[in-house]
Amino acid sequence: MAAISERGYAHPEVLVSTEWVEQNRAKAEIRLIESNEDTLLYGTGHIPGAVHVDWTSDLNDQIRRDYITRAGFESLMSRIGATPETTVVFYGDKNNWWACYAFWVFQLFGHTRAKVMDGGRMKWEKEGRALTKDAPNFPGTAYTAKERDESRIRAFRDEVMKHVGAGRPLVDVRSPEEFSGQRLHMPNYPNEGALRGGHIPGAKNIPWSMAVRPDTGEFKTSEELRSIYSTGAGLRADQDIIAYCRIGERSSLTWFVLTYLMGFAKVRNYDGSWTEWGNLVNVPIEK
Amino acid sequence: MGEPRQRADREVTDAGTIPAKLRELLETFDGIEDMEERMSYLVSYAERFKTVPASVAAPPYPEEARVPYCESEAYVWGLPAEGGRMRLYFAVGNPSGVSARALSAILEKTLSGALRSEIAAVEPDIVNRIFRQNISMGKGMGLMGIVERVRNLARAPLPSKSTP
Repeated sequence: MAAISERGYAHPEVLVSTEWVEQNRAKAEIRLIESNEDTLLYGTGHIPGAVHVDWTSDLNDQIRRDYITRAGFESLMSRIGATPETTVVFYGDKNNWWACYAFWVFQLFGHTRAKVMDGGRMKWEKEGRALTKDAPNFPGTAYTAKERDESRIRAFRDEVMKHVGAGRPLVDVRSPEEFSGQRLHMPNYPNEGALRGGHIPGAKNIPWSMAVRPDTGEFKTSEELRSIYSTGAGLRADQDIIAYCRIGERSSLTWFVLTYLMGFAKVRNYDGSWTEWGNLVNVPIEK
Repeated sequence: MGEPRQRADREVTDAGTIPAKLRELLETFDGIEDMEERMSYLVSYAERFKTVPASVAAPPYPEEARVPYCESEAYVWGLPAEGGRMRLYFAVGNPSGVSARALSAILEKTLSGALRSEIAAVEPDIVNRIFRQNISMGKGMGLMGIVERVRNLARAPLPSKSTP
């Protein structure tokens, strides 16, 4: 695989290699963050110096279906010893689904000093790099966050409805079986409560996995991504695009790809996704 | 680890339904309020997990032993033992399935060798007592599927003995 700087990405600075992490992980201005689907995985071993951000308890509100508030984000950043000047580098399991999800939540609060480690945990492990069970202990910080700004990168159901009405592009990143309504859930996963199967009318099915090399977990080159999203699916960089999946984690990865690797100007993640749309009364659904 | 905290509501519900070893462990988990401590305790169970011995099953494992909708690719076997008891064996195919390994190790330690009638009475929602806030809805459903399969094995009729 070509070096990140040679892959033709619009914003290559948001992606770092495992080697870069190896060389820079001990720097005070860098904070490595591991986010996984299985929240116990961090405890079995993680990159030395990495802190754990649990998507269920650290990023989500514990009562409402929503994300943490500004105060919650400030508390999280204090816990992991980050300041507004800290560069956070996310990585995790599942081809960086939850790393991209955490990256996306951090962008809701405007923490733009953020990167993703290409290939995630899988690539780091395959390369035989060091893991430790020792959790780092950084001094707490006094982090002042911006108010959560959802206008640029998050879409709500009413906005999706208008989007559908206007005929604007939607990207359904789930598996073809979920898209067609044959399944209500990912293969081998339980059904998390959707009553109807299918997809939002007009959506194009571009599974998240198409953006990633299955052998290394690295993102494909810009040329490969263009053949999938632009030439293949007809998406354009100047369009208003909404991506969705089941609860917004897989679509965070696609949002990351379209926004940073391809340089699309306005991409939003509909985190309500199918577990909201598939339960809403009287909304249009296609199979 | 502190002394298990007694909870009156649990005592009434658990009495006579949950095998003693599992009840004691659940009470221990009830007493763990610190999330990091709970995760560390769970990881210690995951590290003690033992895959089904080859004498019982060897890979590739049969689909009928697989727990439906568990993304960690968990398998459970139940072999009848003397006195109406059952031995339980587990496998977890996904190397990242730490939660599934932790739960399987807990079930093996606390239920294997118990009376089938006791195992059959264990409710899948023990998963919530064990993991509490450390799991998502989807993960929780997959883990409850492991308990459900254990229950179903305990409830299934014993295979009839072949006649000479």
